[in-house]
Amino acid sequence: MTVEANPTIAASGLPAGGSPIFAILRKVWRHSLGRIGIIVLGVFVVAALTAPWISPHGPATIDYEAILLPPSAQYWLGTDELGRDILSRIIYGATASLKVMGISIAIALVFGVAIGLITGYYGGWLDDLVMRIMDGLLAFPMLVLALAIVATLGPDLINAIIAIAIVNIPGFARLVRGQVLSLRDVEFVQAARAAGFSNARIIWRHIWPSVRGNVIVYASLKASTALITESALSFLGLGVQPPTPTWGSMLSVSMQYWDAWWMGVFPGAAIFLTVLALNFLGDALRDSLDSRLKG
Amino acid sequence: MIAFLVRRLLQLVPVLLVMSLVVFSTSLMLPGDPTTTILGEDANAADRAALREELGLDQPIMVQYGRWLTRALSGDLGRSLRTREPVAEMLTARIPVTFELAILAVILSLVIGVPLGIIAALKRNSWIDSLVSALSLSSMAIPYFWVGILLIMLLSIRLNWLPPSGYVPFHTDPLTNLKLMIMPVITIGTAQAALVMRQTRTAMLQVMSQDYIRTARAKGAGEARVIVLHALRNALIPVITVVGLQMGALIGGAVVTETVFSLPGLGRMIVDGIFERDFPVVQGAILVVVLGVLVVNLLTDLSYTLVDRRVRL
Repeated sequence: MTVEANPTIAASGLPAGGSPIFAILRKVWRHSLGRIGIIVLGVFVVAALTAPWISPHGPATIDYEAILLPPSAQYWLGTDELGRDILSRIIYGATASLKVMGISIAIALVFGVAIGLITGYYGGWLDDLVMRIMDGLLAFPMLVLALAIVATLGPDLINAIIAIAIVNIPGFARLVRGQVLSLRDVEFVQAARAAGFSNARIIWRHIWPSVRGNVIVYASLKASTALITESALSFLGLGVQPPTPTWGSMLSVSMQYWDAWWMGVFPGAAIFLTVLALNFLGDALRDSLDSRLKG
Repeated sequence: MIAFLVRRLLQLVPVLLVMSLVVFSTSLMLPGDPTTTILGEDANAADRAALREELGLDQPIMVQYGRWLTRALSGDLGRSLRTREPVAEMLTARIPVTFELAILAVILSLVIGVPLGIIAALKRNSWIDSLVSALSLSSMAIPYFWVGILLIMLLSIRLNWLPPSGYVPFHTDPLTNLKLMIMPVITIGTAQAALVMRQTRTAMLQVMSQDYIRTARAKGAGEARVIVLHALRNALIPVITVVGLQMGALIGGAVVTETVFSLPGLGRMIVDGIFERDFPVVQGAILVVVLGVLVVNLLTDLSYTLVDRRVRL
């Protein structure tokens, strides 16, 4: 197979030199939905990073004088069943939720990419074996596999990260392996082999740069699924444990206080907006990397 | 067709093997000793040891796995550690609930998604197209459990139109059953509808630009006939694929949706089982869910032949 025969893969890589991240960000910023995605996600990330300074109240500060208060000037998004400020808990919740999402996707990316690069490049029995395992994992509904893992390890923050990372590894591995398979015999790889470069160097310096663009797009799209999975685990009581606030666990508690609508509406809106922003960002990334193909 | 079926079933063997290993590994549930779940905190060491032997927990892990696999293959999924009820019997009661939820949600997603997708494709780049696309992007970002909570708040608490939660079997009281199912089905069905809509739109756009559509029009076929008989039929294959492939996500959605609406289905069984460290229950429910998804994927492949006669498996 030649490079020309597969322009999508060869051309979708990021530029090898300069500052690729900023180049991509600039392109995404020019995309109207991408800009909304960056702004909304930026707000949540900044809120998560600066939670101790910007929260109007402590996330666990109990105030029995202020139980189940609707939104007001003092408590912008109301208070919960223990008089805790919903806004502050949503801000602190961003820390936990985004931490689980970010770390788990990073772990899935590292392992998935490594598996995909190695199995795709070397092939053989290792490829067969690993890919059958990946198929077995992919047969599980994502949340059900995450539940099975959490059931085995026990519910807490670290295990939620591990579970969400593991359920996402097969996707990365399959994506990368597929691309490596079509790249390993193209001319520039053959040339590198003829020049006597080691396999590790060929994989890292020649193949990976052609694959990483699609990996970044995939990671951004998977991040939104990871966030929903994290929220679902927390909602079911199997994710990050109290007293650490998470958006999912706040929603779970809201189901005992139906009249306090603000307890259910605002944490859910936080999840919705973050997921929407991530989807916008993913779409914009895909479009901007595709636009390279159009020249 | 037969050759295809045999090939597909053979491909499933390694998948099932990995799946069974993952499912079995839930019996290593930590922390906590299953004997505590059954005998309580105060049981003495001798009783615990006897029970461990009875349950086979004193055997090496691979022996336990082999024993479990052999029994599972013969349909014996063990008993609940807590209630001592056979897991297979529990599953018989739970499967219809999740099955009904899934089927109704798929029907709703098709009823909403296919017409909207067709309209969006026919009115391409109009405000209707933009509105439908915006709606579908948004509904894909809404977590199931939030939709469920908002529906209960609106339709049960504010408007008092529907009961907030609970379950009555269809054969006991069909009307109440459907009333209780409305909100859970909307919860899952609307998110699926977004995907169906996007896929229908894309597929219709591709099909409508084909030569045979122009030919059909040139022969004087009415627009409705062209759309339904000529275009939609061919556009349906990718839509069926999406519905089939989304079965996993739908079941994942059912897990949380059943929790929101207190429906005694497979999802609820898994979650309750985890909390009670009742691993035979968790294993049985997960096993059925994954097998269900695999069967649906197989049926999806087979259904191509019904929709498109050119496809020969």
